[in-house]
Amino acid sequence: MLEAVMVEEIRRRAEAAKDKKAAYGNDVDLDKYLHDVPIRERITTLGELSAGIRERALTIGMDASEAYRSGSFFQHDQTVLISKSMQEGLEVMDINEALAKYDWMKDYYFKLVQPDQDKYTAYSATHKVAGYFIRALPGAKIEFPLQACLYMGREGMIQNVHNVIIAEEGSELHIISGCTSDAHVTQGVHIGISEFYVKDNAKLTFTMIHNWAENLIVRTRSSTRIGKNAVFMSNYVCMKPVKDVQMYPSSIMEGENGVARYNTVVVALKGSHLDLGSKAVLRAKGCKAELIARTISMGGYIASRGLIEGDVPDTKAHLECRGLLLSDEGTIYAVPELLGTVQGVDLSHEAAVGKINEEEIQYLMARGVDSDTATALIVRGFLEVDIEGLPPALQAEMKRNIELGGKGM
Amino acid sequence: MLNIEHLTVEVDGKRILNDVNLHIGEGETHALFGPNGSGKTSLLFTIAGVPKYKVRSGKITFKGKDITDAPMDERAKLGIGIMFQHPPVLRGVKLMDMVRISMERLRDKKVSDDEVRELAKKLNLEGFLSREANLGFSGGEIKRSELLQLLAQRPDLVLLDEPDSGVDMVNIGLVGNTINELLQKDLKTVHRTKSGLIITHFGNILDYVRADKAYVMMKGTILCHGNPVELLEEIRHSGYSECLSCLRR
Repeated sequence: MLEAVMVEEIRRRAEAAKDKKAAYGNDVDLDKYLHDVPIRERITTLGELSAGIRERALTIGMDASEAYRSGSFFQHDQTVLISKSMQEGLEVMDINEALAKYDWMKDYYFKLVQPDQDKYTAYSATHKVAGYFIRALPGAKIEFPLQACLYMGREGMIQNVHNVIIAEEGSELHIISGCTSDAHVTQGVHIGISEFYVKDNAKLTFTMIHNWAENLIVRTRSSTRIGKNAVFMSNYVCMKPVKDVQMYPSSIMEGENGVARYNTVVVALKGSHLDLGSKAVLRAKGCKAELIARTISMGGYIASRGLIEGDVPDTKAHLECRGLLLSDEGTIYAVPELLGTVQGVDLSHEAAVGKINEEEIQYLMARGVDSDTATALIVRGFLEVDIEGLPPALQAEMKRNIELGGKGM
Repeated sequence: MLNIEHLTVEVDGKRILNDVNLHIGEGETHALFGPNGSGKTSLLFTIAGVPKYKVRSGKITFKGKDITDAPMDERAKLGIGIMFQHPPVLRGVKLMDMVRISMERLRDKKVSDDEVRELAKKLNLEGFLSREANLGFSGGEIKRSELLQLLAQRPDLVLLDEPDSGVDMVNIGLVGNTINELLQKDLKTVHRTKSGLIITHFGNILDYVRADKAYVMMKGTILCHGNPVELLEEIRHSGYSECLSCLRR
């Protein structure tokens, strides 16, 4: 249990920031949304979920059959319906349960993300929260991915999530974390705080998939601390309509030879406003980071940000923002930033925004491929980043999305 | 096979081909000589149907069909294959995909990775299949990769743009043999059904691939035709300046 004095301190700082606008993205009036929602009934197996929910969940990698999974977590609105580990050395539970169970949570909760960062973290700190606590015990190699789903089923609600993920020393953990909403939900806000701890010699891959509704707003705040010889890989995929997403996850690399990789693959459809980025701060010798973003606008707005900060010598990092405009109505704003504070850092970036090169289409047509198929092939190729742990259902979904999108051009 | 009559072509309003006439019969291989900027590549791209080459007058027929306004993919499906001298890099599209696309189109069924690998062996390109098409390929690797795609496509008319440029001594034989395979040079003349049009700047490839007829192209028009070996000797001896004043014009 968190000590009362700490709880009070978090609350005090949050209260002071409740109107503080975020550094990026559109401002959201949270008062327009439902703050309190009823508790839902817990379940014992994923099979108890309705067929409709199971189907939606499958699109973001949550497989009710649990084949090739090491554990499952399902949060419906503000209730954790189920949390279970199917492998020794893996802990999965509601964050509230972890806070009650472990005194040491005081060293992990609101430590990487600050309650007074902005109005969204402030909201999260001052309202009823749920979320996952996932921990791989020291040395545990969790072979199959753990699947987590954050599901919004109530019109106009704010889903308030706070996650803590710990890969203890020498452990290995893969997480597929999907967010989606009920087919009937048209409006809502998802606030998600995630604090990742990848300790010495540990490896954590985290794949986040979004499949929201057209009018949903998303504000996630996440940060990772990476230890010595540790590897953190974070993937973000969003191919579906969403109204407004803003996030800028960061990695603080404090141990020697740490590795951070971010892959962002998104499509902004007309009406979508995506302000995304990733950040790596290299503070120990031998650290490496690679931040890659592939963005496509089919009429929506995308800000593709990236920041690498090299604070010690013998560090190396690369940032890549590539954007493809498939509509004259779309906008892609690529903002790659490099900050070197000492000699001996090796930081680079590559940014490109443009349309499909006609010559590429013609090259394929010269092999007998029609223009639409050629365009789809090039778009699919553009989005091709090696993403670990993507479920087949999502891969098929991505492929279908891109091909459908390609036909409209 | 291919018949070009009085072809005049513009790019961005500028005339680049002027009253070109050309006939390539079934099973024939023709060579096209000419200095840089004479319009050789433009002629190949016009035959292949690259959209920026606008036909202002004249006609192109292929296998008896008027293809003057046909899109590129339709021409490819009819049996026209082109080797690009400077192909674009296709990010995320692997050479394996390119070869497979052509093979599947030809056979009208799925092709396995092993089948693609088997074909790639012929050009020592197995190691390149998983690479993005043309990314970081050397001049010689591009030639081999283009030829591999043509082998997969099996076109009836092969348009080759300087297949010998940038190819080292070790690989020129391989390139020559592959072109001979594409053009069925192992068969007797009467049995050949594949035709070719080869652009060559220095004529090196003709040491490996026998051509039936050659043309000299200058300033967007075909000035003369003749025996490839003799024409090449004359050009090597006197250069192209002689062509401008040649009596056979």
